[in-house]
Amino acid sequence: MLEIGLSHYLVLAAIMFTLGVFGIFLNRKNVIIIMMSIELILLAVNINLVAFSAHLGDMVGQVFALFVLTVAAGEAAIGLAILVVYFRNRGTIAVEDIRIMKG
Amino acid sequence: MPLATLPTLTPALPEIFLAIASMLLLMLGVFSSEENNTRTVSYASVLVLIVAIPFVGLVTEGRTVTFGGAFVTDTFAVYIKALVLVSAATAIIMSKDYLKIQGIERFEFPVLIVLATLGMMMMISANDLIALYLGLELQSLSLYVIASFQRDSARSAEAGLKYFVLGALASGLLLYGMSMIYGFAGTTSFDTLANIFHDAHGHVSVGVIVGIVFMLAGLAFKVSAVPFHMWTPDVYEGAPTPVTALFAVAPKIAAMGLFIRVMVGPFGELGAQWQQIIIFISVASMLLGAFAAINQTNIKRLMAYSSIGHMGYALIGLAVAGTAGDAALQALGVQSMLIYLGIYMFMNIGTFACILLMKRDGRMVEGIDDLAGLSKSNPGLAMILSIFMFSMAGIPPLAGFLGKLYVFQAAIQAELYALAVIGVLASVVGAYYYIRIIKVMYFDDPVDELDRGISLEMKAILVVTGVVIVFFVFYPVPLLTGAESATAALFHK
Repeated sequence: MLEIGLSHYLVLAAIMFTLGVFGIFLNRKNVIIIMMSIELILLAVNINLVAFSAHLGDMVGQVFALFVLTVAAGEAAIGLAILVVYFRNRGTIAVEDIRIMKG
Repeated sequence: MPLATLPTLTPALPEIFLAIASMLLLMLGVFSSEENNTRTVSYASVLVLIVAIPFVGLVTEGRTVTFGGAFVTDTFAVYIKALVLVSAATAIIMSKDYLKIQGIERFEFPVLIVLATLGMMMMISANDLIALYLGLELQSLSLYVIASFQRDSARSAEAGLKYFVLGALASGLLLYGMSMIYGFAGTTSFDTLANIFHDAHGHVSVGVIVGIVFMLAGLAFKVSAVPFHMWTPDVYEGAPTPVTALFAVAPKIAAMGLFIRVMVGPFGELGAQWQQIIIFISVASMLLGAFAAINQTNIKRLMAYSSIGHMGYALIGLAVAGTAGDAALQALGVQSMLIYLGIYMFMNIGTFACILLMKRDGRMVEGIDDLAGLSKSNPGLAMILSIFMFSMAGIPPLAGFLGKLYVFQAAIQAELYALAVIGVLASVVGAYYYIRIIKVMYFDDPVDELDRGISLEMKAILVVTGVVIVFFVFYPVPLLTGAESATAALFHK
């Protein structure tokens, strides 16, 4: 029987985190994917926190994870609101078009 | 038996006051007449922020913790909070005319600034990773919204979007670092972390080091230090100018305060692990701030690179504070950094007040060329902007020079000679583009005149900041003693 230990969770979280970061930088198509990548990063952190919490037998990690979930919801709402404003102005949300200002 | 006891609320009085006041301000905006509710709420917000300063100042010495050790008030927090409150209040005052010209007079604007200030104050007082995260997010979420406050402008929306994406990424990095530290050290409390690392005598697991590196990356994003600076120029250029003025000062100072609190507090014993990183980002920020600004034509973009450079100079102080084992030297580093931040605030507020006065035929202009011939059309404004530019360039005897002097002195005391030498060279390069603005104002052929009218509030801001910058050399005592007692709170617990 395969026993699932702390390291499995940490590796999973690290993979999710890396996917999220790459999703932000390599994605050339659309901003919604960037939003999803951000969520992926926050979920990776939550897996980390809950795994550590179970491993240490300490509740703080789970409390932290709940706070992160709450803030992530607010962050997604504000991100989508800004995206709507942007779409109204430009009529596109392609990442390549976000360059009125060079940079 | 009681289930719980009410924590002592007095240390958090300014924050509680701001939280309640921001709700009341929203009500005030909704229920007052639609015609001038922005003005009413703006004045009320400024009043709230100014009233909060004496509340903050209630702490004169010592260190109080409350909320189960998650919240700390000490003279260090008082110093940074005072700077943040002053800069947020001036940003609201400066926004009055701008909002009217751009047709974005909405009363949510000052309320969002008050909420952002509340977030900054909470993160400055954080004594626990969770409290730190919540304060930081309250600040960031409010700032994302005001960056894109000019809803009908594509540039403002783009600035907001870029700020949001990169800010959220920074929060993600910071959080990942926090989760590693929590997992490998077993606690989120700064005090307990400090004790654990103190007992470990600098030997800690790789997990903690990885966590510190991720946290450093996240914090470097927030203070826009190289290599995490790429959002700064675009956001500064696109955001409405009073928002840029706020961004350049309040969140930077608050994030720097947080940087000091985290690095010197829980990770103070691990200086050997993070000092190298700080030295690197400090050098990179100074050099990029100096060289990348040379070709800029937009003054807001130029100020973005200038602020990247200034963060590099301020980080020299933190690099000195990374000299583990020598408390006197660490204190010197932190103190020089705090003085630098105080002077930085006055210089930037003054410069942005000048930028906000760049109007032609009632419309805002932001090109450096638009300043040509300002010395003839408006000699007073030209002179005061020259003072700020000379000060930023670090020309003695202005305050900017003394700020640089303090951080370079600290670097030399810590035998970080390379850092001081690169800093001096970078400020020579930086002087070129600051002084170019003065050359444009005084020696270039005049273009169409800028509008002349200067409102009373703007005059007051310009005069006060100008006087501070010019006369700081004669009477530096208030800032020096403030920085000294702030530093003392960090090193004598």
